[in-house]
Amino acid sequence: MLNLTKMSGAQAVVEALQREGVQAVFGYPGGANMPIYDALYDFQSFQFTPLNEKSFRHVLARHEQSAAHMADGYARASGRTGVCMATSGPGATNLLTGLATAYMDSSPVVAITGQVPSFMIGSDAFQETDIVGMATSVTKYTFQPLRVKDVPYSIKAAFYLATNRRPQPVLVDIPKDVQQGEDEVEFPEHVDFPNYQPLPDPDPMIVKTIARSIMDAKRPVILAGGGVKMANAYHELQAFAELLIAPVVTSFMGKGAFPENHPLSLGCMGMHGSERTNKLIPECDILVVIGSRLSDRTTGKIEKFAPNTKVIHIDADKAEIGKNHKLPVVSLVADAKKALQALTRELEASMVGSERDTWVKRTQEVMVMAKTELDGNGSYLSGTETIRMLRRFLPPKAIVATEVGQHQMWCEQHFQVIEPRTFLSSGGLGTMGFGFPAALGAKVACPDVPVFDIAGDGSFQMTENSLATSIEEDIPVTVVILNNRMLGMVAQWQRFFYNRRYSAVKLGRSPDFVKLAQSYGAEGVRVETLMDLETAVNRAMRSPVTTVIDVPISPEEDVLPMLPPGAGLKEMVVG
Amino acid sequence: MNHDDQLRIISALVENKPGVLYRISNLIRRKSFNIESIAVGPAEIPGLARMTFTMFSDHARFDQVMRNIDNLIDVQNIEPLEERNATVRELALVKFSPGAPATRPEIMNLIETFRANIVDISPDTLTVEVSGDSDKINAFVNLTRNFGLKKVARTGTVALAREMITQKVT
Repeated sequence: MLNLTKMSGAQAVVEALQREGVQAVFGYPGGANMPIYDALYDFQSFQFTPLNEKSFRHVLARHEQSAAHMADGYARASGRTGVCMATSGPGATNLLTGLATAYMDSSPVVAITGQVPSFMIGSDAFQETDIVGMATSVTKYTFQPLRVKDVPYSIKAAFYLATNRRPQPVLVDIPKDVQQGEDEVEFPEHVDFPNYQPLPDPDPMIVKTIARSIMDAKRPVILAGGGVKMANAYHELQAFAELLIAPVVTSFMGKGAFPENHPLSLGCMGMHGSERTNKLIPECDILVVIGSRLSDRTTGKIEKFAPNTKVIHIDADKAEIGKNHKLPVVSLVADAKKALQALTRELEASMVGSERDTWVKRTQEVMVMAKTELDGNGSYLSGTETIRMLRRFLPPKAIVATEVGQHQMWCEQHFQVIEPRTFLSSGGLGTMGFGFPAALGAKVACPDVPVFDIAGDGSFQMTENSLATSIEEDIPVTVVILNNRMLGMVAQWQRFFYNRRYSAVKLGRSPDFVKLAQSYGAEGVRVETLMDLETAVNRAMRSPVTTVIDVPISPEEDVLPMLPPGAGLKEMVVG
Repeated sequence: MNHDDQLRIISALVENKPGVLYRISNLIRRKSFNIESIAVGPAEIPGLARMTFTMFSDHARFDQVMRNIDNLIDVQNIEPLEERNATVRELALVKFSPGAPATRPEIMNLIETFRANIVDISPDTLTVEVSGDSDKINAFVNLTRNFGLKKVARTGTVALAREMITQKVT
């Protein structure tokens, strides 16, 4: 049955999005994408689709970067592809930071940008920019349909590519005349990329080899990265670890891939991972790395990372094998979920009660030692204490996004993540301003779950204007600002590595975040005791509007322990 | 420089459409390589093109960039080639203005020795085509510098894998 319908390119965009099951789009209109916004207007008033599905929601951002972070947060919280939109020129360039953030953390985002009319491309027209060229380095692929007929295919293919194999953002840049033009269009049911097929099932021979190595090991450790989360392999990882009785450490991006209150969880390793966990890595005899690119922040100096350890590297992206860690003894290019299932099946057949008990005992000791003391900090609440208390006050299913900096690393150390898809943070790119819009995106995806942004005062100011979105679009979340009136992480590095020469890190006391929140119509509250914090958090979770909780903390508190850049895992600075 | 740095060749079969060359060259640039040469042309299958890149690299980094290129949506397949396992050719057009007639016989001698061809001739200039591996072309260009060398245009390396590497013939 040929399914030809006459419509404009803009209508085809909206129709194609709907056919992808999109429930929300985060965007910002402008000259070159007005036809799409006009089609959205139509879409809200009547259904031109035969499918008769519920129409989707457009969320108006206050900056395109935030729109991209919202789509990213939506994707990370739900596992579904996030969609953002912007106009040409500055609208499109503003998206780039958000796309780069999603690219680094392997999050599926589809970005749809307007472009100047096709006959003006290359003429330096008003608000023309070569977004296809610019976005190439931070997307998996880009499309620029030049005919109305090509629009449905581009959108379908963008969604297919964004989630196939390693999830990554895809850009669709649509010239205005293509949006405006009308034609008979057909919506393909499938797209096929012969050069980019889904990953094959894990190679049984390699699975057997890995299983045998694990069986031979006395002190195995599992290192889980963000790839486990992206592949939704939470339960598979748990089954695998429990079968082996092997401790699980995660990279920062892997935080939450394994319940951190599980007896086998050793938390995060890396620059601000636990000191004892870091020291354990070079001691293990086999390290099963799943879905981690072994970034410099995770491994420390790579030569000292695990010099005498057999490294087994499982990743969905073959280009990650051998990139940072040169010599895995065995590598497997596979989907994390399928790889873990296959390994578990293989091992179940051959597992018997083992002499690993001593190793398990050692890791248990490590975990007990790792419980460092809470420390107060003069008249201020301590950042670490605040984070630990937040874990106590927040329900396990609450979604927590973070910004970037000290508060983020305190979350890595002190905020146990228990439920899948409840921790959203910019690990790869380290984008300040990610957390708040990502929290809004997560709330749109999961309206029944309380959503928090744990922020610093520096990061929050990057995208604080999303407060307007949260109020006007009725997306209530809670922002907890650990406010040290400093760019805390930079200040910490200046203390450690630049002889306390504070250069351009003092942010001062403005704005007053309570008043700022109130001016947007949000709740604002300042808390100076843990009891007040608990009250404020509980109130915020019941509030129909967004709440900003300002928590003044000491400007001198460090994130410790810390692995100085270029140091090996056993060389942590403790205090 | 690493101990195993050498000139390495990538032969990629790709979709013949706009932006593909940009994607690949941009990727190579992102990984901090200098592309020594590029040659692109339609391949034997309609709609596909074969691109040949050369660059200096050690094995590990080369292997990684190969994997990255292979990941690209528009790349159908990619093979690493080396001079010992591939037929490697480059073509150059070399223009002279010899000046004194006395130098002409020496140029003609070189042309013959290098099995080059004269492809254009005018009262003042002479254009020669020469093909071979890059070393041969370098040698030709260097030897003719004294005879009024004016311009050189080179295609960059093209290469195809040898089917039977034990029977190397040129």
